[in-house]
Amino acid sequence: MPTTASTALPLKDVTASDSTLRRYLHGLPGVDAVGLEARAASLGTRSIKTTAKAYAIDLAISMVDLTTLEGADTAGKVRSLGAKAVRPDPTDRTAPATAAVCVYPDMVAVAKEAVAGSTVKVASVATAFPAGRAAIGVKLADVRDAVAAGADEIDMVIDRGAFLAGNYLKVYEEIVAVKEACGASARLKVIFETGELSTYDNIRRASWLGMIAGADFIKTSTGKVAVNATPANTLLMLEAVRDFRAQTGVQVGVKPAGGIRTTKDAVKFLVVVNETVGEDWLDNHWFRFGASSLLNDLLMQRQKLATGRYSGPDYVTVD
Amino acid sequence: MTIEKRSSAFEYAPAPESRAVVDIAPSYGLFIDGEFAEAAEGRVFKTVSPSTEEVLSEVAQAGEADVERAVKAARKAFEKWSALPGSERAKYLFRIARIIQERSRELAVLETLDNGKPIRETRDADLPLVAAHFFYYAGWADKLGHAGFGANPRPLGVAGQVIPWNFPLLMLAWKIAPALATGNTVVLKPAETTPLSALFFADICRQAGLPKGVVNILPGYGDTGAALVAHPDVNKVAFTGSTAVGKEIARTVAGSRKKLTLELGGKGANIVFDDAPIDQAVEGIVTGIFFNQGQVCCAGSRLLVQESIQDELLDSLKRRLSTLRLGDPLDKNTDIGAINSAEQLARITSLVEAGEAEGAERWSPACELPSSGYWFAPTLFTNVTQAHTIARDEIFGPVLSVLTFRTPDEAVAKANNTQYGLSAGIWTEKGSRILAVANKLRAGVVWSNTFNKFDPTSPFGGYKESGFGREGGRHGLEAYLDV
Repeated sequence: MPTTASTALPLKDVTASDSTLRRYLHGLPGVDAVGLEARAASLGTRSIKTTAKAYAIDLAISMVDLTTLEGADTAGKVRSLGAKAVRPDPTDRTAPATAAVCVYPDMVAVAKEAVAGSTVKVASVATAFPAGRAAIGVKLADVRDAVAAGADEIDMVIDRGAFLAGNYLKVYEEIVAVKEACGASARLKVIFETGELSTYDNIRRASWLGMIAGADFIKTSTGKVAVNATPANTLLMLEAVRDFRAQTGVQVGVKPAGGIRTTKDAVKFLVVVNETVGEDWLDNHWFRFGASSLLNDLLMQRQKLATGRYSGPDYVTVD
Repeated sequence: MTIEKRSSAFEYAPAPESRAVVDIAPSYGLFIDGEFAEAAEGRVFKTVSPSTEEVLSEVAQAGEADVERAVKAARKAFEKWSALPGSERAKYLFRIARIIQERSRELAVLETLDNGKPIRETRDADLPLVAAHFFYYAGWADKLGHAGFGANPRPLGVAGQVIPWNFPLLMLAWKIAPALATGNTVVLKPAETTPLSALFFADICRQAGLPKGVVNILPGYGDTGAALVAHPDVNKVAFTGSTAVGKEIARTVAGSRKKLTLELGGKGANIVFDDAPIDQAVEGIVTGIFFNQGQVCCAGSRLLVQESIQDELLDSLKRRLSTLRLGDPLDKNTDIGAINSAEQLARITSLVEAGEAEGAERWSPACELPSSGYWFAPTLFTNVTQAHTIARDEIFGPVLSVLTFRTPDEAVAKANNTQYGLSAGIWTEKGSRILAVANKLRAGVVWSNTFNKFDPTSPFGGYKESGFGREGGRHGLEAYLDV
């Protein structure tokens, strides 16, 4: 287990009180929205072809958290998702497995069984996902439940209401408590719901708040609101993890989630990773895609690179 | 499918833009009175691709007799052109703008081949701006009476225009579009290292059916420009280029009735305050000095950083510089292309050596330079003071001098302590500081939280030795009108 930042020296006193925490977070460098978006857009014009594209596609597949988060989820649905995560392309066994399957806490045991014996992890959205509107005791019970069922990773949502109201210490304490409930076995991904935080300054503050509280991953969004992951907010969060590591020595992962549907989009995100934090993060231990429909497009593009022909949706599995 | 193992995790495959979209002839003539013609003295010169040193074409070199012919043609065309209703002139300009858009891929590749700048700049910055300038001034052509220069402002006559090699087609657009919109006719001399896009533009004028003699293009060296500027029948001189040549032109024109605008060198200060958006400031510094390999008169070549954030900012900047990709300018992934000429490379090299000799600390990212062509690695100088040559002289290359300051007043004093005054940048999250500082800076353009942003609606020009007169915007019309 790496040390968390709250124990790392430079940030030790930041969380002493709500006001020290606020002063720290508001003292972070500002974000100029125009400049940030221009930079993200310019990285999107990099031309990725042939061997670079083949590499990017396989890397992206290995970074996918294959997700089903529906009220209608059943054991059968989760089992078929697990099988697909382990063996995404039944016609081509060289296709890498995805990073994880992501399910609701009550489906963790089923998912665990479905991916048994593979490298695929089981992630679970606990803490009253996606709204996060529940008492802390309920959220922690949700987490413990998922961890007890064998979840390798917990995706928690922060209390956006508390954050927007300026109650940073409350958000911090919740993350710390959830991290503790994860124990030594599960990595914690902290979801900010960037679309609801609204400003880039807020996203940077949330990123630092999450990391100070011990997040193993910071994640853009739930995928359940209108604006989810964008190249710009992902770029911003990558800058935050880069600066955080420089300051504390602790490396934190990044997970854009929601709205990334095509290979072209995924490759743009990888370029942003490559040119912002470099190869230290180009690995599914440190970077993930939260996506359900992305995988099939990656597989179809992969088949096209291999055969020279575009096959179509019937040549990949529905789930 | 097998995936190649690679040493570095994510190596982009080369993605060069196809040269097939542009058809460069082995030789080009002068463009006079709507026709391509050989030079009277039969002289020619070669134009080479700076990234490979490959000879692209052979171009006729205009002499005094050719200047004479071109000015005569422009004078003759002026009568009819200036008498056209503005709305008619606008039609031609709109047509030219649309053809430029249609041929923009071809022109972008051509410009990259002839100039050495990366395709992502010609494609994403130069060409859209070139078209935008023609569109913008086309819109003014029938509204000159409402531009604030009196009810019926008149054109000046024949405009002699001399443009530099750093933005060959864009500088052409800045000069020709307002001149034609206001009813003047033009004789333009492109730079000797980058004549091709101007000659392609001549072809576009024919394609647009522009009346003969309205635009004339005379490739050549300094002597051609000197002959054009001195020609007694030229009514207006517009020059963009070095301060030394600008002074010569001012001397030539002095005492004549010619109207003159000069857009000359610069040593722009890019001021970063301690409350700046650091990541975006780093991008702005990179854009400020490495855009077009720093061969930009309004480049932010002096970084003034508040001492309290100097270390943090320089660390970020160095890290960012390490990700710049230098190489084949036709590759879409290339950030830094070639220096325009061997001569320019030598000038940059000697100034950088002066910087080292005077004790400034030189730094460049690990960077492999191609074996042929003219290349210079992105370079940072720290420990620079106002007393260093590299803080005073324009380098016109990818070389950034870093100075520090402690207070806003000191920043303003240092920024203004230069013989130039073309551009400046301010980086701070505090709006009131932007306004307070911008008002004190003696520079024609002050960017805040951005750099090297251009727009046809925005006037551009200098203070002090950076020249006088404005190009672009409504102000840009004045230089071509009798007001």
